[in-house]
Amino acid sequence: MSENKKSSTGAVMIVGGGIAGTQAALDLAESGFFVYVVESSSTIGGVMAQLDKTFPTNDCSMCILSPKLVECGRHLNIRLMTMSEVEKVEGEAGNFVVSVRERPRFVDAEKCVACGICAEKCPKKVKDLFNGGLGVRKAAYVEYPQAVPLKYVLDEQNCIYLKNGKCRACEKFCPTGAIDFSQKEKVHQIEVGSVVLAPGFKSFDPSSMDTYGYGKYPNVVSSLEFERILSASGPFEGHLERPSDRKAPEKIAWLQCVGSRDSHPNAHGYCSGVCCMYAIKEAVIAKEHAKQGLDTAIFFMDMRTYGKDFERYYDRARQEAGVRFIRSRIHSISTAAPGSDDLRIEYVDENGTMRVEIFDMVVLSTGLEVSRDARALAQRLAIELDSGGFAKTNSFSPIAASRPGIFVCGAFSGPKDIPSSVMEASAASAASAALLADSRNSLTRSKTYPPEDPSVHAEPRIGVFVCRCGVNIASVVDVPGVRDYARGLPNVAYVAENMFTCSQDTQKLIIEAIKEHRLNRIVVAACTPRTHEPLFQQTIREAGLNPYLFEFANIRDQDSWVHQGEPEKATAKAKDLVRMAVAKAALLEPIEKLQAPLIQTALVIGGGVAGMNAALNLSAQGFKTCLLEKRDELGGHALEVARTWKGEDVSAYVAELKQRVLADANVEVLTGAELVEAGGFVGQFTSLVKVGGGHREIRHGAVILATGAEAVEPVEYLYGQSQRVTRWHDLEKLFKKEPELLDSAEGVAFIQCVGSREPERPYCSKICCTTSIKQAIDLKEKKPDLDVYILYRDIRSYGAREDLYKKARGLGVLFIRYNADEKPVVAKTSVEGKEKLKIRVRDHVLGFPVELTVDYLNLATAIVPKGLDELARFFKVPLNQDGFFLEAHMKLRPVDFATDGVFVAGLAHYPKPLDESVAQAGAAAARAASVLSKPWVEVEPIVSIVNQELCIGCGMCEANCPFGAIRLQEVKGKGYRAETISASCKGCGVCAASCPQRAIDMKHFRDSQILAAIRVGAGGGA
Amino acid sequence: MSENFEPKALAFLCNWCSYAGADLAGVSRFQYPPTIRVLRTMCSGRVEPLYITEGLKSGFDGVFVFG
Repeated sequence: MSENKKSSTGAVMIVGGGIAGTQAALDLAESGFFVYVVESSSTIGGVMAQLDKTFPTNDCSMCILSPKLVECGRHLNIRLMTMSEVEKVEGEAGNFVVSVRERPRFVDAEKCVACGICAEKCPKKVKDLFNGGLGVRKAAYVEYPQAVPLKYVLDEQNCIYLKNGKCRACEKFCPTGAIDFSQKEKVHQIEVGSVVLAPGFKSFDPSSMDTYGYGKYPNVVSSLEFERILSASGPFEGHLERPSDRKAPEKIAWLQCVGSRDSHPNAHGYCSGVCCMYAIKEAVIAKEHAKQGLDTAIFFMDMRTYGKDFERYYDRARQEAGVRFIRSRIHSISTAAPGSDDLRIEYVDENGTMRVEIFDMVVLSTGLEVSRDARALAQRLAIELDSGGFAKTNSFSPIAASRPGIFVCGAFSGPKDIPSSVMEASAASAASAALLADSRNSLTRSKTYPPEDPSVHAEPRIGVFVCRCGVNIASVVDVPGVRDYARGLPNVAYVAENMFTCSQDTQKLIIEAIKEHRLNRIVVAACTPRTHEPLFQQTIREAGLNPYLFEFANIRDQDSWVHQGEPEKATAKAKDLVRMAVAKAALLEPIEKLQAPLIQTALVIGGGVAGMNAALNLSAQGFKTCLLEKRDELGGHALEVARTWKGEDVSAYVAELKQRVLADANVEVLTGAELVEAGGFVGQFTSLVKVGGGHREIRHGAVILATGAEAVEPVEYLYGQSQRVTRWHDLEKLFKKEPELLDSAEGVAFIQCVGSREPERPYCSKICCTTSIKQAIDLKEKKPDLDVYILYRDIRSYGAREDLYKKARGLGVLFIRYNADEKPVVAKTSVEGKEKLKIRVRDHVLGFPVELTVDYLNLATAIVPKGLDELARFFKVPLNQDGFFLEAHMKLRPVDFATDGVFVAGLAHYPKPLDESVAQAGAAAARAASVLSKPWVEVEPIVSIVNQELCIGCGMCEANCPFGAIRLQEVKGKGYRAETISASCKGCGVCAASCPQRAIDMKHFRDSQILAAIRVGAGGGA
Repeated sequence: MSENFEPKALAFLCNWCSYAGADLAGVSRFQYPPTIRVLRTMCSGRVEPLYITEGLKSGFDGVFVFG
């Protein structure tokens, strides 16, 4: 082996195909790296695929996940390795060799067309674990209908032939000969530069908690099982029914913290971080499902709705949906009466009264834990785990595992929700890309095509391919009838009927037919364009046709599957849909792919921890970056913080970070700099910066907004009226400066939620509970006899921060809960001539007011956005109702905006602790890099086109465009005329619909094309 | 109007939401009347008043816009 420094391997292995793994794979593949996704089950998707809805937007989980899975499944530079596990990782960061063991699927994925006949014929019924064991599936199965890859699998543990050597029904009936019993286990050796571990979590198994009767009482279900009950594709088809008798429940209880915040041997001490929100969501959705009223009660200890828009969700559940919230931890569940399926819960309410309620169902809000398999994986890979069993990381590099070159993301490194997992996934991909920057684009593939056939401009010659989809279409729709009907339609030159139009061999048939019959437009009548249009577009492109000369007729998902009992009418509908598609196809035009110029540099606005991390990562990835800071010094709010809640030294970290940024040749730092103007769009932004008495123009391809937030100055609790009332880090700074003040103090109090969770600011500032608890612990450790009080509404020490809360209680910090309508009252007083503060608060345990006398009061005041309006205007991005930046999608695009090329990180997005800001900065850098790493901006060419002769320059289009993708430009002698910014256009057509002059049309969805389809849609023919 | 009148409807569905929803109805095998004809657009915002009047003129009894 050569002694020279070997360059790195331009490929990354992602272990785990849940939402985190999928996101990391897409980010890396889009940034010039080849990606292997190793998934132990038969499909990617993970737990998110099992969820019904997602909080706080109530989006259908599968609907938002599925497009990402499809994209991952068909990406040229992603190889999915399902049924596979990582055995070992040898080598070092940059050059690993990974051994992957692949179990047999017993189905040839190349041949399987997912018709489902194997499952239909399979005689063996098995408990369906995807549906929480509440339904059955066959031994030949597909995990769920939207699985990727959509290939069936034989369950080795249950297949009759594989167990007993008899049956083979699936093999006999499979129309494509895909069943292959000869498949054996294989071991692959794969070279990659880095590894991202995203094995996810497992829902805590409540069987070990015998007082809850899970497994004994059929109507006690886990929260994940309840998700399946609510799901339209679940065991009860979305009908809210209880398992014992399929009766619609009238009363359901949720018990929080099952397996979390629990010191029992089988349970976990940490808070699982997501259960409060999912329980509220399940209660709200269940109420929507219930036809005749549903009573829902959530039994909890602290309501931890600390994320963006969570508190509002909680407020709405309480005030509008009428979900009952009862602060009480339930010890046990029993049957309501002997032989009854109803359940009895005894509890003590907030007033100390013992109560009994009978419920039809009880949902256990089970926590998150690392599975035994994931722990074994960590051991094989020599990855350290923390006390909770999660991958050990530190706050300054929250995605780095203990072994260099191996990164972690998602719930494997601590309980967390989907957006945090997605952020970490992008951050892990940024870290991988920085490590492997020298080998970017070295292993990726690109596709080459023959030149396009110019015959498209001649008379339309349309080929129509009607799919039987096994029996999926043909058992309802008369497919030969539709085919023959299509033959008689105008411009149709060729028709065919296929068993599976999407199969590999049919692609060859389509190409041959195009050549033989000189076809120049293609219509496929089959499933849905949402999954299959790209496949057929690629096929016709291989035959020399422009991919936009293609039209789909959806005769499966929107016809045969939804009119199963009406074959004649379904056939008539199929004919109509084909006729409409043919009418539109005749008018289709070839569309060239658009490439807009790209300036491969980034601008990062805000020189705090988030901004500095984003700049350093982009620089390491090879992109020149300009870092803008308003103040004269880099560091932002982290300059005020001494240590993280884990005890890490923040001052030293920030000092090192500043040094690295200033020493980085790829990063230009502008301090004392202010953005005065900005414009442009993805690939070509121009920003004007006021710096050093002059102005600088900066041109950049992408921008990251990381301008932070600030703590509010309160007007309550004598703040500003007494020197003894401080906020945030002021008290610890005071004691550091004048230690004698602490020596002479006898009591210190903290008040939480000052200005947060109020009607005018209905959100939780997320970091205050942890900060105050940490400060309280420091005080107690320095001076054990000091009285320390924390006055709170709910303690929100989510995740592993729960350990800190426990520690504080152990040290004697007194926690007193107050209600929002009965806030503490602070007054000045003096005790034996010493000036003190008197705090009057109603104690929740004693049930009557107590009076505390303390020397100092520190207020955890709300974190508020500052000055984002102007930035929002410059870059055409929205703010939410609280004034923070509003990302493109709360769940799956947490650092993107709807406007391309603009990204967000840190507190400008929402209050968050340092480790989450660092992760989000990495994520924003990854997303920016996916734009900057290409030679140009690739634009989806379905964009608007303006007829400048008709345009009168009224500006309706510019005002209505949600993406800033159309603008008025001055045309000499004509005033203003609209102009499309193709790089930003999403093809929605709002501009076209709103143009009073009908001067705007949409490519591929032209007026003429849509009208042609409308005109032939209703009647029997054109 | 005959007693068996079955209105035939034209539906404009947004590619990103309602068209996906209609596909999901299929995947979930929800059954609904077979008298609806779907046109996919990239956004319900694409639908111009002209499309609606044209739909009614060409024989549809009603027009849906889902987005």
